[in-house]
Amino acid sequence: MGLRRFGRLVKWVGGNGRRPFSTSSSSSSSCDEMMVQQIASGKSLNLYSAINQALHIALETDPRTYVFGEDVSFGGVFRCTTGLADQFGKQRVFNTPLCEQGIVGFGIGLAAMGNRAVAEIQFADYIFPAFDQIVNEAAKFRYRSGNQFNCGGLTIRSPYGAVGHGGHYHSQSPEAFFCHAPGIKVVIPRSPRQAKGLLLSCIRDPNPVVFFEPKWLYRLSVEEVPEHDYMLPLSEAEIIQEGNDITLVGWGAQLSIMEQACKDAEKDGISCELIDLRTLLPWDKETVEASVRKTGRLLISHEAPVTGGFGAEISASIVERCFLRLEAPVARVCGLDTPFPLVFEPFYMPNKNKILDAIKSTVNY
Amino acid sequence: MALSRLASSSSSGSNLLKPLTSALSFTPSLRRPISSAADDSTTLTIETSIPFTSHRCDVPSRTVETTPKELMTFFRDMALMRRMEIAADSLYKAKLIRGFCHLYDGQEAVAIGMEAAITKKDCIITAYRDHCTFLGRGGTLLQIFSELMGRQGGCSKGKGGSMHFYKKDAGFYGGHGIVGAQVPLGCGLAFGQKYSKDETVTFALYGDGAANQGQLFEALNISALWDLPAILVCENNHYGMGTAEWRAAKSPSYYKRGDYVPGLKVDGMDVFAVKQACKFAKEHALKNGPIILEMDTYRYHGHSMSDPGSTYRTRDEISGVRQERDPIERIRKLIFAHDLATEKELKDIEKEVRKEVDEAIAKAKESPMPEPSELFTNIYVKGYAAESFGADRKEVRTVLP
Repeated sequence: MGLRRFGRLVKWVGGNGRRPFSTSSSSSSSCDEMMVQQIASGKSLNLYSAINQALHIALETDPRTYVFGEDVSFGGVFRCTTGLADQFGKQRVFNTPLCEQGIVGFGIGLAAMGNRAVAEIQFADYIFPAFDQIVNEAAKFRYRSGNQFNCGGLTIRSPYGAVGHGGHYHSQSPEAFFCHAPGIKVVIPRSPRQAKGLLLSCIRDPNPVVFFEPKWLYRLSVEEVPEHDYMLPLSEAEIIQEGNDITLVGWGAQLSIMEQACKDAEKDGISCELIDLRTLLPWDKETVEASVRKTGRLLISHEAPVTGGFGAEISASIVERCFLRLEAPVARVCGLDTPFPLVFEPFYMPNKNKILDAIKSTVNY
Repeated sequence: MALSRLASSSSSGSNLLKPLTSALSFTPSLRRPISSAADDSTTLTIETSIPFTSHRCDVPSRTVETTPKELMTFFRDMALMRRMEIAADSLYKAKLIRGFCHLYDGQEAVAIGMEAAITKKDCIITAYRDHCTFLGRGGTLLQIFSELMGRQGGCSKGKGGSMHFYKKDAGFYGGHGIVGAQVPLGCGLAFGQKYSKDETVTFALYGDGAANQGQLFEALNISALWDLPAILVCENNHYGMGTAEWRAAKSPSYYKRGDYVPGLKVDGMDVFAVKQACKFAKEHALKNGPIILEMDTYRYHGHSMSDPGSTYRTRDEISGVRQERDPIERIRKLIFAHDLATEKELKDIEKEVRKEVDEAIAKAKESPMPEPSELFTNIYVKGYAAESFGADRKEVRTVLP
């Protein structure tokens, strides 16, 4: 999958790979200080191998890291945890029963003891039994205890999104539900290199994070991934293609679709600026705002249904900030307001042509 | 791999095998030559493979009465289910079935035995391994294969797929994708039945994996508190996805896990044991409220189509169960023991069944895909359909190109 990679590669030079995380309250600024920019090349890896590498490094660099979830000690259904149990032992990498609420609650407790708990929910569609634990327990633990306690070491990994034929319960994109819960972070990578760097940041971030992995890209997306330990900053969007006529914002698997639309739009002389939001909560308003101030137009695209999707939040914020700069209404090209369909998946999806249509109608508004 | 070593050395692993020969214990006086056209009124007395084990309730008798006709029907129905699942496997591999697909082969005796003990007024609700349960409720092969391939002729109009089969007229409430989520629903059904005093019960099926979900215990408490006619059937196939029961459950005695709710452990590979247990459970539930039936069974396929099913258990274990406990082979031996049919006659039945399945698949392939507008129907009741805004933000489209 031809994702363009204008991204900076950032290497963390902290040495032993540990950062104090239970006391720090703001992460992104301290994150940046400890990271320096460095261009590096590595082996060609697909997304699940990059995740595997990140988990490997996380377990190796911090003995307080644990990885658990349904079937993870066998490698997990998407092979993301292959070999971890063999190398780090079943005390640190282990299977749980089928009980999502229990998995997340357990992870919160483990993290509250100063550990880094990396919990896997097998599919994002199965995260809802754990919704209460995430929204009511994890997100508010620090706040309601007046900073006495927190579960900042908790990272919940979960594959999200369409996969071509996943049907109702293996395809959903539930990110917007979690973006309504201050206290947690929501992060979605678009490619192997991004996935490794962002996941390591999430695991080491002093806040609980929900990390959604685009399952469509697990095998499909391949790129050079540095072998060393590096982190990418959270709450920092990345401009992966510069342009002047319209700003396109997306995340995860949708970016590759948007990139194709950008290329086609370019043939019609439309110059698109493509932004990967990377962290949805708290999100990088400044980067998006600066871009929209430049282009005067905004299009947001995500797989989740359009109504109440995170695109609505971006749209509202940008209208507040750039109302007088906008030359057209903000366009949203998203999943339809239907349950995720089985045979109708091609209709439901915000595909390249829908995005291209919206680019044109927004530019020609 | 360490895993397979553990699986084969685990105590539960060895418990999976129980001799099939015990199925052949029948009353000797009844052993007389009966032609294949045996009189339907002949009663055969058969003993279940092993005794039932109970928790806080009586134990039903091991002695079951049946007829030659019922034996032959069981054989045919189970062979049909087996063949159907094997065909679904091929269709999935040929990419004619998309979505996720979970096969039931090995567990047929549970669906068949349960149906034999109850009526279509009783409700059944199950998880995503639902093809055979649907067939047992009277669904047709054509509906099944059409639904699997996402065609209009499917039981859910092609909108559900493998995990979402329903049959309202036969009290089959589906077909649920989230592990364990159907069990509390089953309690709601049972409350409805109790309230309307129609002397029927609900069978809520779940797997050994789902048995560890919190909502199962919520459902148990609710149904016991209000004495609901709910029968919670744990189809224990010993693996919750890739995790063996002993790795996931502190107490793998699922029939005891209701604590204050009575339970019965049943050999789920013996259709007569299942039938006897379900009959017993229905009577119990109508009088006393909920009961758990743990069906000790086995799936030959992996958890789903992406699971080869051989990484967390040994091939020896699978072939051992096939040889020692297979539900169809058990019936085949009983038929021979009672001289109800010859080997050739049974082979002919299997050929017939194969043909029936092939014909249904061919027909299902002719069923058209649903109309694109169906994407927007059945989300709300009519008049509240979903809208889809086009790129120009003005047009409301219900049919997309």
